[in-house]
Amino acid sequence: MLRTARLIAAKDLRLELNSRVTAFQVLPFAVLLVVLFAFAFDADAKVLIPAAPGLFWIAVLLSLFLAVGRMFMTETADGALDALRLSSLDPAGIFLGKAVALLLELLLLEVVLLAGVLVLYDVSVPASGVVLLVTTAFATSVGLVATGTLYGVLSAGTTVRETLLPLLIGPVVAPLLIGASRAFEAALGTRRGLDGSVVVKVSEGWPWAGLLTVFALVYVAAGLLAFGALLEDA
Amino acid sequence: MNESNVLHTGTRGSRIIGILALIGLAWMVVFGLLISPPDEVQGDNVRYLYLHVPAAFLTFTAFGITAVSSILYLWKRTRSLTWDRIAGCSAEIGVVLTAVTLATGMLWGKLSWGVYWRWDALLTSTALLLVMFIGYLALRGLEASPEVRARRCAIVGIIAFLDVPLIHFSVNWWRTLHQPASIGPRKTTFDGPMLLSFFVSLVAFVLVYIWLMMHRNRLAMMEQAMDDHGLQMAIAERHAEAIA
Repeated sequence: MLRTARLIAAKDLRLELNSRVTAFQVLPFAVLLVVLFAFAFDADAKVLIPAAPGLFWIAVLLSLFLAVGRMFMTETADGALDALRLSSLDPAGIFLGKAVALLLELLLLEVVLLAGVLVLYDVSVPASGVVLLVTTAFATSVGLVATGTLYGVLSAGTTVRETLLPLLIGPVVAPLLIGASRAFEAALGTRRGLDGSVVVKVSEGWPWAGLLTVFALVYVAAGLLAFGALLEDA
Repeated sequence: MNESNVLHTGTRGSRIIGILALIGLAWMVVFGLLISPPDEVQGDNVRYLYLHVPAAFLTFTAFGITAVSSILYLWKRTRSLTWDRIAGCSAEIGVVLTAVTLATGMLWGKLSWGVYWRWDALLTSTALLLVMFIGYLALRGLEASPEVRARRCAIVGIIAFLDVPLIHFSVNWWRTLHQPASIGPRKTTFDGPMLLSFFVSLVAFVLVYIWLMMHRNRLAMMEQAMDDHGLQMAIAERHAEAIA
């Protein structure tokens, strides 16, 4: 299973390195969102700083829709999905491989996006919040890519993939979005009182990170179970 | 399905249930609006309860039936397109009931809390449940062979239903961290005519659900029969062409 996963992940990443669609289209789009959010909130630091964690994760989610759609677009072209089905590779391995490739892309995107948020919204990362920030980003991303990969294959053969994917993925990952925003809020210390002191402390973010880890494991388990059956149909 | 069932608009069973449902709804209106007294705390607002609570109860029942039917479809020993059909019909009715639940809940909320919406766990999970099952119905509407559609929808149906506790839990945790979860209309003690009115409306809603399920299921069977018939006709035509 792990060998298959490595094979598929390497294939997907190689495809991405050649086409550079994520790097030159999805990533700039994510940064654009950060800029557009600032326009929407009148570039007001009093509004942008408390909202930054949520806006960051909304930008990640919207980019995920694009990345998942892109991943399965290359897979449905030229009957590649049929070839994958006939390859007698373990479906669980295929799922893991695709999820890992997507995870690496998403993590890269998050690093750039976070840099954008820090610079443009004037948010800073306190040293005590770094570990929480990384843990949260990793756990949330694992949950997001597991769901994304599962629904990606589900809508792969359909003509309405672009519109259906967000509708299916959005509500399912809502718990991840809630947890991730709250944990980031604690890690970045963006919720402040009137006197400027941090209201939600780093320690308050850890229970959320724990919850996110549990959710991520649930989504990965569901993906591993269901992916084989869906791959046959796509 | 035999010929006579297809030609008629219902069976004796569905008519009896339909009539009982109508009587139940009429009873609900009379008891809910006229006979039952206003609540001591909430006054006449309490009458929303007779519509809102049964609709909410049946929303979760309908989606629960979709989830169970989906599991029965995926399980090899009980695999049959009948389960898929039941899952689809129940989800359609469930979506309508969720919309009724949310609409009545918001109106009731405006009267008793002063706002239409509160970010509490039950409301938020119900709203996301509605969106998830709209997605489910969108997936059902896509062109695909019956088996492919059934399997896809079964998986999405189960995930959507199982996601509800996760949403409920995370929203609950989120809201209670920032403010006390003092949500929900103030406790009402029921007795006599109020309890009876509530019970009558619950029974009426259950009957309406069963009646809708029977008819929607019959319609789905007819659609399937029509597709099969069309296919057979096409095969017969090609066959005749080949012979000619």
